Amino acid sequence: MVYVVIAFLWTAILLYVLLGGADFGAGIIELFTSRPNRSRARKTMYQAIGPVWEANHMWLIIAIVILFVGFPKIYTTVSVYLHIPLVCMLLGIIARGTAFVFRNYDAVKDNMQKLYTSIFIYSSLITPFFLGIIAASSVSGQIDLQATDFLSAYVFSWLSWFSLSVGLFTVSICGYLAAIFIIGQTDNAADRALFIRKAKRSVFAVMFAGALVFIAAYSEQIPVWKWIFGHPLGLLAISSASISLLVMWFTIDKDKPAVLRLLAGFQVTMILFAATYTHFPNIVLLKNGEELSLLAHQGQAKTIDSLAYALLIGSIFILPALFYLIYVFQKKKPDFNEH
Amino acid sequence: MDDFLAARLQMAFSLGFHIVFACIGMVMPFFMTVAHFIWLKTGKAVYLDVTKAWSKGVAIFFATGAVSGTVLSFELGLLWPKFMEHAGPIFGMPFSLEGTAFFIEAIALGFYLYGWKRIHPWFHWATGVVVGVSGLISGILVVAANSWMNSPSGFDYVNGAYLNIDPIKAMFNEAWFSQALHMCVAAFVSTGFAVAGVHALMILRKRNVLFHSKAFKIAAVFATVAACLQPLSGDISAKDVARRQPAKLAAMEAHFHTEKNAALIIGGIPDTAAKEVKYALKIPGLLSFMAHGDFNTEVTGLDKIPVADQPPVAVTHYAFQVMVGLGMAMLGLALLYFIALWKKKQWLRGRWLLKLFVIATPLGFIALEAGWTVTEVGRQPWIINGIMRTADAVTPMPGIRYSFYLFTAVYISLSLIVTFLLYRQIAMVGRLYDSEVKPQND
Repeated sequence: MVYVVIAFLWTAILLYVLLGGADFGAGIIELFTSRPNRSRARKTMYQAIGPVWEANHMWLIIAIVILFVGFPKIYTTVSVYLHIPLVCMLLGIIARGTAFVFRNYDAVKDNMQKLYTSIFIYSSLITPFFLGIIAASSVSGQIDLQATDFLSAYVFSWLSWFSLSVGLFTVSICGYLAAIFIIGQTDNAADRALFIRKAKRSVFAVMFAGALVFIAAYSEQIPVWKWIFGHPLGLLAISSASISLLVMWFTIDKDKPAVLRLLAGFQVTMILFAATYTHFPNIVLLKNGEELSLLAHQGQAKTIDSLAYALLIGSIFILPALFYLIYVFQKKKPDFNEH
Repeated sequence: MDDFLAARLQMAFSLGFHIVFACIGMVMPFFMTVAHFIWLKTGKAVYLDVTKAWSKGVAIFFATGAVSGTVLSFELGLLWPKFMEHAGPIFGMPFSLEGTAFFIEAIALGFYLYGWKRIHPWFHWATGVVVGVSGLISGILVVAANSWMNSPSGFDYVNGAYLNIDPIKAMFNEAWFSQALHMCVAAFVSTGFAVAGVHALMILRKRNVLFHSKAFKIAAVFATVAACLQPLSGDISAKDVARRQPAKLAAMEAHFHTEKNAALIIGGIPDTAAKEVKYALKIPGLLSFMAHGDFNTEVTGLDKIPVADQPPVAVTHYAFQVMVGLGMAMLGLALLYFIALWKKKQWLRGRWLLKLFVIATPLGFIALEAGWTVTEVGRQPWIINGIMRTADAVTPMPGIRYSFYLFTAVYISLSLIVTFLLYRQIAMVGRLYDSEVKPQND
């Protein structure tokens, strides 16, 4: 049963990165759109994201609940030693979630809109940045359980060039996902051209940030290269992601939004796969060389079983409803007239 | 400020903030779907206007409740890692189910808010009902987790180890029913009076009177029915606490000495050193009756509880008095409203009844926060009653006070912004929602 729980954990993280990521990306794209185009960009983006955006963020809650119920030692270790980036991420989540709704539901559209917008776009940047830092810090062996002073226990557990560059990489992935997603939402050629430009630029940003990750890892002696390319499956994942990127580059102008989305989703899935596969079942690597394994630190059998059943039953309810929600709001024309 | 105190205060603020938004987010969908139902049945435009206005409120409160809830799921680990390390696997069941309920709520809300003209009218209405019902289920599940801290079960505690964990048994602990019932009814009382009070004020100011009258009536009926049920659920809770957590009951009542025919103490200033309550109204025997159903039963006093295990008496006692006092005031108003509905229709046209509802606007939420204080402070010094002390659960990271200042600032500014948004929503009713007066080109 523990494998069912781990599969759900991985899927929840993946879906959060894909759906939540595209959602963060919408704010990031808005940030990097010149002011004259901003309101046009925004309108296109939120017609699509509006109905599903609350649901996108539920995946994070699912992941965190799985961690604290099934793998409490891992949850608490990360909570204690990565307290500061977690708080930063939470502040981003609060600011972003509320600013988005406030912007939509303020009855008076005045200067406050500018305030909501700037809170929204900057927190869209900060939240995935710290998410990336947290992910990087948990596998890079920076967490030091033996540390006695504040800085080495609670600051250098996450502050490193490697973590910062993974943060940047996460941000650019989000922007990329959003740009690809939005291409399919446009209803005129000018908008489409705008977002295709954005998408192409974000590909460069992803590559640049990816290169930074390897450089930072090399200089801080984190064997990322070996983790990803030292294993045939990792190698396969990354090379198929690269091939699909090439395919995408040549189909991006061809008005095939579903293909683009599938390719982008595939690439990000492969990156997450390559990044997690070599460590499995370890999820946190500590400074002293020990690791926290999902298998060794799982809860008692009854806990894991009931968690697995709760997740299975939950997904029977959630998945059809979610797909129907996405389906209904992907259709462009209204179906029912108000009477 | 001491880091332990800062951690407790940060948790208290976060929960105290979340509880308001969560309650409104779980109760308002019911008001909204009632208005929506009447509109679908009668076709009267004013009910559609009310539905749409309320749905904006639901969106604002749901989003704020959702982010503050997300923060809490992290704060449990950020502030109380030792607690979560042991408690997570035991009391996690309701949380994992709550994840589903919350998810369904978010999906249904997406349908509801964006579904106008897009989905079948009755399916649209049903998604509103799903928002309410799944919100209520979420609330019940979260309270079931909290009640486990008051009434730990579903494991064997042997020499500091937590063995034979049974998450289902932990979820259906002895306190879950009484606590969940009391909390849900409280959510209806507090949200109902708050919403009714705002609309009453608008009627008194003669703004969009038809719109606000319809809205007022729906909210007021929910509020007053719930206010009548709450004393009954309170009685169930009191008897349950008396049986399971005598220390908490003793602190609530500032009941220092174990005795038979114990007096119910109303008000007063507890003096912990002298072990007495000054200036209080004492009704002999009533505490014994309320706690155990018999005037002569012995009620455990604080003298039977070791000093190290006693909760803070003054805070618990005052909070309990506030909760009960306001509960009684709202019950009184509820009865007046029922008399007005059935016997004295002319009262409904007078201004004084509406004025009373305006005064009652914040009372439900004050009572709710007071009740929350009773249950949390009354459990101290334990985080898991009788098993783990709160002081042993706190994070080793120093400097939590700064995190407390930060989160306090965030919650205060969020409260201000939400108040500002609501003020604007209400001020704009005439232009945005009331189809009798709003510009037709909208």
